[in-house]
Amino acid sequence: MVAPAVITPDAVYEILGSVMDPEVPVISVVELGIVRQVTVDGAHVAITITPTYSGCPAMREMERDMAAALGAHGVTDVAFATVYAPAWTTDWMGPEAREKLRKFGIAPPSPAERDGLITLTRARAAVPCPYCGAKDTQLKSEFGSTACKAIHVCNSCQQPFDEFKPL
Amino acid sequence: MTRPSVAGDRTSGAANPLVDYLLRIADDRLVLGHRLSEWCGHGPILEEDIALSNMALDLIGAASALLALAGTVEGKGRDADALAFFRDETAYRNALLVEQPNGDFAVTIVRQFLFDAYSVLQLDALSRCGHADLAAIAAKSLKEDKYHLRHSSDWMLKLGDGTPESHARTQRALDTLWRYTDELFVPDAVDHATAALGVSIDLDAIRAQWHQLVADVVGRATLTLPASTVRATGGRSGRHTEHLGHMLAEMQIVARSHPGATW
Repeated sequence: MVAPAVITPDAVYEILGSVMDPEVPVISVVELGIVRQVTVDGAHVAITITPTYSGCPAMREMERDMAAALGAHGVTDVAFATVYAPAWTTDWMGPEAREKLRKFGIAPPSPAERDGLITLTRARAAVPCPYCGAKDTQLKSEFGSTACKAIHVCNSCQQPFDEFKPL
Repeated sequence: MTRPSVAGDRTSGAANPLVDYLLRIADDRLVLGHRLSEWCGHGPILEEDIALSNMALDLIGAASALLALAGTVEGKGRDADALAFFRDETAYRNALLVEQPNGDFAVTIVRQFLFDAYSVLQLDALSRCGHADLAAIAAKSLKEDKYHLRHSSDWMLKLGDGTPESHARTQRALDTLWRYTDELFVPDAVDHATAALGVSIDLDAIRAQWHQLVADVVGRATLTLPASTVRATGGRSGRHTEHLGHMLAEMQIVARSHPGATW
């Protein structure tokens, strides 16, 4: 009998790096920051994830996609656990992921707001247009096509665009 | 998993006060989230249809995490779905405010603003409470609810300080819903019992902060804080207005018609 090959956590991370966010198919679940921990015990792989938004409908889909990607590499004994602390933040996205977002037409998130509990107005500067780079843009709504996006319009090139909103 | 009886559960069944405490926080969000989901496809403009549906998702997501935690603490094998779909109206612990019907857009916005202001202060306090799992969910949900509060307070200003028609409708909504706000801040036996377990928040302090915030926005919206002292309570102990039963009937019918179904 051949013992199943033991995979390393690094190799798991590498496989998960090929699993894209279904709503934003240019960044991986690892770049998104939802994979918090990977542990390997023999053939068993335990993956700890944290949700982006509490009600994000893509979370279960991402779990399935991760299991499928690992399955394709012969890793079938996979368990997922969800943690809520520390709460997910867009600050975990690195410069490369941000640049991929911008090229895809989504303005990357600015640093998460930490200016007090009650912020009735958006304190941040206008979000630069991901298409033409103009800074003369206008926020239309802080709620967009997915839980993680806001809608803006560029006053220069007239293009509406999504922003990955800071959280 | 133990399959719940289709007849439903008429009591919260909580010998452990912490379960009741968690159900209150969860049910506020589940019921309000479901109310907001009723706007999906009916929003006055596309951006608002999207915004209300997004907030519904956030609230139902938080409710799901809190119900799962309540089920774990209870230890009777009930998961989030069992608690959401197989409890009857009298076992629901939400405040009366959140079960009130959507009405027109002004009613929805005023209801949302009154709750968001409470929720942000409540979650901030809970994020420092003595129960690690509850604190973690609260800290996460708080970040989302800050966006909700910004949305609803912005609309309070637009509607209150808008046209005579929008002003009148918003003032009417405020006058109607005001009676349901006191319930949010009145501690009872459950609060006292969980405080003994190290899980409590200072409701008096939150009431003062809430009142200051609400008065500020209402004033800037050129609206008037209601002087009425009529107080409607009962939601926290399962005595609801006539509206919750109708809402739950619609929300629970599929799960109860096909218990155990998955899709």
